[in-house]
Amino acid sequence: MTDQEPEPTRGRGASPEPVTAADAAAGLARLQRRDTRLDSYVDRYAARTHGMTASAIRALFAVANRPEVVSLAGGMPNISDLPLDVVGSVLNELVVSDGRRAMQYGSGQGEPVLREAICEVMKLEGITAHPDDVTVTVGSQQGLDLVTRLFCDPGDVVLCEAPSYVGALGVFRAYQAEVVHVAMDEHGLLPGALAEALAALKTAGKKAKFLYTIPNFQNPAGISQPLERRTEILRVAEEGDLLVVEDNPYGLLGFDGDPVPAMRSLDAERVVYLGSFSKTFAPGFRVGWVLAPHAVREKLVLAQESATLCPPTFSQFAVASYLHNHDWRGQIKLFREMYRERRDAMLAGLADHMPAGTSWTVPGGGFFVWVTLPPGLDSHAMLPRAVTARVAYVPGTGFYADGLGSRHMRLSYCFPTPERIIEGTRRLGEVMQYETDVLATFGTMVESGSPTDRLYESPGTNQR
Amino acid sequence: MTLSSQPIAETAVVLSGGLSHERDVSLRSGRRVAMALRSRGVEVIESDVDSNLIGLLDSLPQAVVFPVLHGEAGEDGALREVLSLLGVPFVGSVGAACRVAFDKSIATTVVAESGVATPTQIALPHEIFRELGAQALMAALADQIGFPMMVKPSRSGSALGASKVTRPEELPSAMVGAYAYGSVAVIEQFVSGVEVTVTVADRGDGPKALPAVEIRPDSGVYDYAARYTAGATRFLCPAELDPAVAEACASVALRVHDVLGLRDLSRTDLIVTPDGVPTFLEVNVAPGMTETSAVPLAVESAGWSLGKMCADLIRVAARRGGRVPAEPVA
Repeated sequence: MTDQEPEPTRGRGASPEPVTAADAAAGLARLQRRDTRLDSYVDRYAARTHGMTASAIRALFAVANRPEVVSLAGGMPNISDLPLDVVGSVLNELVVSDGRRAMQYGSGQGEPVLREAICEVMKLEGITAHPDDVTVTVGSQQGLDLVTRLFCDPGDVVLCEAPSYVGALGVFRAYQAEVVHVAMDEHGLLPGALAEALAALKTAGKKAKFLYTIPNFQNPAGISQPLERRTEILRVAEEGDLLVVEDNPYGLLGFDGDPVPAMRSLDAERVVYLGSFSKTFAPGFRVGWVLAPHAVREKLVLAQESATLCPPTFSQFAVASYLHNHDWRGQIKLFREMYRERRDAMLAGLADHMPAGTSWTVPGGGFFVWVTLPPGLDSHAMLPRAVTARVAYVPGTGFYADGLGSRHMRLSYCFPTPERIIEGTRRLGEVMQYETDVLATFGTMVESGSPTDRLYESPGTNQR
Repeated sequence: MTLSSQPIAETAVVLSGGLSHERDVSLRSGRRVAMALRSRGVEVIESDVDSNLIGLLDSLPQAVVFPVLHGEAGEDGALREVLSLLGVPFVGSVGAACRVAFDKSIATTVVAESGVATPTQIALPHEIFRELGAQALMAALADQIGFPMMVKPSRSGSALGASKVTRPEELPSAMVGAYAYGSVAVIEQFVSGVEVTVTVADRGDGPKALPAVEIRPDSGVYDYAARYTAGATRFLCPAELDPAVAEACASVALRVHDVLGLRDLSRTDLIVTPDGVPTFLEVNVAPGMTETSAVPLAVESAGWSLGKMCADLIRVAARRGGRVPAEPVA
């Protein structure tokens, strides 16, 4: 910093004599005008980057992380019941006995010991697979990214449930794919609607690259496809020559009965399956996988090598050791019971506190309840009021690529304690009541907002 | 002894975050201020506003606080009242002045009385619409204010909850949008012209207006996305204004700083109408300091560095001390 700073215009408090315009003009004339967008990279970005903009809704989620706020927005698994002593001794043993291998580069496809264990896990949902058909990924999120990279050029069509997982919509958007939503009922994706969508695409001269579906405890709707529905969807897919990407992070977290057989167990050639340890063990290891037909698997490994060289070796050995040394099936049972208690708290809180005209799904597992608001309420517009009242949710608009969803919100029960969940629903009920009053004042004249600024808003990486 | 040769405060506590709707913006601003201060050799502790804060300040008797909190608690004066109560020296305006400046309806009235041009403005709580009938009241607003108009929360920042209304049928949803951020909304004439913002800084030798920053959002509207998406808005500093108009903008910003009793740092947002009149929109007592904010740009255009200015503000606050002079006991 030089001492030759130009003198900005002096204020009355500091300068006894008034400043003349001529003085100021002379001062300003010495300054070189800067013309900037404050991002010197702006002309260099790829076309797909221009869609990545700041969002007020996203910013509000920054408040949701504070302890004062009951966040029903996040999708963070609750790992407080994990036996840390067991995990600690497993990791200690791993480092001491096999650390040099575990901390080295590994195979692009993933470590054989883990891929074998993954096949054991998938047996619980009726899948028979060979470890060589499995590619390990950095969470199933990266699995979806790689699958989309392999199949989608800009403008290609992906079919999704309406609503669908915000993180998947983000991936499709990043690859500039076009999302077409397909309606659901209480048993999930409607085969008839799927057939109609395929026919409409055909008429328009387009072809869907794949259907992206979450058959178990869907995010965000919390509903599941029974076995017959899965069969029907696969039949429509076969008739329309449609590839199916089955995303199954929550399948083992059902509260009632045995898991429904995975779609992949019904059709090994048409289904690419995405799995994850994030909800059944812990998300911090970032270990998921893709089970794909052989030809696709070959490409996946090449894509994985270019993306990461290899998925994290240490995490893979850690997960494999945990599965080998701990009763992981028993642990999943504990998780299920813990989530069931929270689901029950959520449903009780909603029954007590939601205003008339509100409805919601009753999930048989997983993390989420999908709430439909009384007519006129807009979950997107209401979020600031909720944050002021120290409760957060995800507006339904985030789960639609087409700007719909403002009459819905996703509530998660996975993370807060049952008491906090009930308190959260109480606060939310008050917020909705107040918003209803404001709306009643302004009547039915309120227009729904512009859908264009409402795409893909999510709570961020640590909250999915 | 000149200001810069005085011993520097031992520690600066940069406060950012908080529980307002602008928490995310505040965290970004705080990060930048902390980096700028460190670049000048100031030891910086970054802190959120939570139940640990008072204990932290107790443990740092020599510290000066630099509040970079946007939105409620940070800008409405509440936190600054607490700092005064605790006797902690801090950068920026005192609580009472913030309370007036942060409320758009009150600040606009005070500024208008000092002779500065302001848009015709009405501030209304939501209940009044219910009591008097929303239809009739909105019709009256349309008559008195006319279209286009701006609807905003009375107490909010970063354009959150603000919308431009061009047709009567858009007004109800704009009102609902503003009330989602607070119980009072202001409805004012939309003023078209050149959008500029003028920083006033006082580094110990009196308040000075920095070169005006002209704001040209690509989308035409300087909304949240245009503010915080790098590249989405073009900034010119100094603004492309006639020298006399630039001087008028500087004078208005200084007058606003003065009549509202502001201290150390403020940023006044103005529209320069086609006939060259700077019209007051609002003033910020904790202006944004993010990578896409106007104040750092103005500071650099003035030939200062952000670090030096922030360090000077810390020194000024340290020299001033924290204790409010006690009232004599009768």
